[in-house]
Amino acid sequence: MLEHESISNLTHSKTTGLPRKRFYRARAHSNPLSDSHFPVPISPSQFDYTLHYPKINSSKKIEFADIGCGFGGLLISLSTLFPDKLMIGMELRDKVTEYVKERILALRVSNPGQYENVSVVRTNSMKYIPNYFEKGQLSKMFFLFPDPHFKEKNHRRRVISPHLLDEYAYVLRVGGIIYTITDVEELGVWMKSCLDGHPLFEAVSEDELEADPVVKLLSTATEEGQKVARNEGQTFRAVFRRTAPCVLD
Amino acid sequence: MEDNNMEESEQKLEIEVAPALITVHPAQESVSVAVGSNLRVFNLKDGCGVKLIDENGGHKDSIRAIRYSKSGHLLVSAGDDKLVKIWGTNSWRCVHSVVSEKRVSALAISNDGMFVCFADKFGVVYVVDIGGDYDFENAAVAKKKAFPILSHYCSIITRLEFSPDGRYIVSADRDFKIRVTLFPKKPENGAHEIHSFCLGHTEFVSCLAFVSSKDYPNGFLVSGSGDSTVRLWDYASGSLLDTCDVGAEAGNLHSNGKQEDILSAVTDLCATSDGSLVAVAIQSLPGIMLLKCKLYSRTLSVAKVVHVAGETFIPTSLGASSSVPLLWMVMGASSSNIHDFESLARVRVVSGFTTTNDSESLVSEKLVLADKEVPGGEPLLQALQGKLTIGKEAFVMAAEAVQTSMRNLLIKKQYSAERREFRKRGRNDKKNQTID
Repeated sequence: MLEHESISNLTHSKTTGLPRKRFYRARAHSNPLSDSHFPVPISPSQFDYTLHYPKINSSKKIEFADIGCGFGGLLISLSTLFPDKLMIGMELRDKVTEYVKERILALRVSNPGQYENVSVVRTNSMKYIPNYFEKGQLSKMFFLFPDPHFKEKNHRRRVISPHLLDEYAYVLRVGGIIYTITDVEELGVWMKSCLDGHPLFEAVSEDELEADPVVKLLSTATEEGQKVARNEGQTFRAVFRRTAPCVLD
Repeated sequence: MEDNNMEESEQKLEIEVAPALITVHPAQESVSVAVGSNLRVFNLKDGCGVKLIDENGGHKDSIRAIRYSKSGHLLVSAGDDKLVKIWGTNSWRCVHSVVSEKRVSALAISNDGMFVCFADKFGVVYVVDIGGDYDFENAAVAKKKAFPILSHYCSIITRLEFSPDGRYIVSADRDFKIRVTLFPKKPENGAHEIHSFCLGHTEFVSCLAFVSSKDYPNGFLVSGSGDSTVRLWDYASGSLLDTCDVGAEAGNLHSNGKQEDILSAVTDLCATSDGSLVAVAIQSLPGIMLLKCKLYSRTLSVAKVVHVAGETFIPTSLGASSSVPLLWMVMGASSSNIHDFESLARVRVVSGFTTTNDSESLVSEKLVLADKEVPGGEPLLQALQGKLTIGKEAFVMAAEAVQTSMRNLLIKKQYSAERREFRKRGRNDKKNQTID
């Protein structure tokens, strides 16, 4: 116990109690194709909610998923914006996941009663999405500033692809929204064209985007987004809605 | 350490053998066996072996999947040489040869014979429109193109199967998953609508079979796995109905005091056409286990184990026609340099592969046929096995080689934390960094 305290004193800020990023440095990228060596729930019913949301009534299910949540900026903002929804960040890099976990725990301590609806898990969402969520469980999915994987040979590593969209469509309910944003034009075009070409997604209209408070967070809440804003870079956004399948097909 | 690493990976390559496969024409007009790159067919109507005609000289590497269409008009074979060969069963000519980008691991033909689907080792399923199998052999030989329709992200797909009503295509992978996808009218545009996932296995899924009957025309799905269980699923909802721990049952039956530390994998499944009986091939079990499947109560239970006298026969593949109550089994492997053995194929047949109304008598009448009693007799065995007599040690070596290859292919390698760090250090991208 003593030992644990001394370690967290080293890695956490003395004034805010929050973890300090420089102790959680990680490689910027991780290979999604490699075999995974972390535990994965066999099925969504085996996902341990009490571990992630100890203060929440266990009948509630996760509704928002931030895929590749990074340092968790968006989740933290969403947590207070939607206090009655459960949300989870999914991140492949273990050190980054560890940081987000510590960040949430520290926020729960310093803001009693808040941030109980947010958690994070280390996983490869490109492989294991159906192990975490049932059919139609999610109402929002986020893919913010994903790895661009420029080389054509590596396009299959992109987190938005025609085949992976099938799985995202499966876990999203009809009417659910998928939010994507990037500062890489080529990737922005790619993500938009994948979503445009998919029969189970339709673009959300500009008016609706204006009215959606989440859209503003896409570029402002995340660490990557803030970096792009600092450098006065451009961002490319694609927001699509899950539609009901055409009955004729 | 470096040398160890090299040795280890080299060994793995050499050990890899392909299990022998068997498939039976739906009306039992012919039986096909694949061993390594060798495709052998015996015509039971004429009682003679078939000479396959292929301008390109057949398969060049191990065959991993063989299948008849439901009507029996065509036979499809595919494997490590990245070729999908479609044979007409009248002329026994290779009508089409479709090129895959990667090695092919599984095959399925839609119930109406319109589409051939194949899966590659990177988890992508492709569809080829062959325009029906009836007038297939006379159709103009056009280049057939394969379109990707769905993908299991970077996982090896082990089996593909169409549902009895043809509405769904089911794919199983080494990441414990079974995916049920709506098979669209125009599959070239992709199969995007996932109907369900059947999740519950705790190791790779190795085989699938549908069980259906007149009362349950859509039936249920049965799956076998490296976790040594067979599971019954309601594939419409993805819910698990029953689990049969066949590994434990097989262990109880012939326990010789030695505890196996690794679970014995289920390698193949074959259901009777009325869905009441499922034959299960298990890696540690010489013989075959029969499970009773009750569709009304949705349960699976062990009915009987049929032992094979006189030889250590551990089937690697199973097959049955839809009309004749015989279960065809093959045990074997492609040749291997390291074990220094030639390819092996041994065919055995179990009679009475059906259920009678009296559920108790069902259990007693299963018999392993003697070689002379097998349909086609010794000419069939000569054609499919390549020879009539097989030495005892060949069985043991083949069983071992098949087991090792399956494990290497489908089970994730577990490294200690140190070993993982060491392997990371040897990675190419890191090496380049240090040169800089």
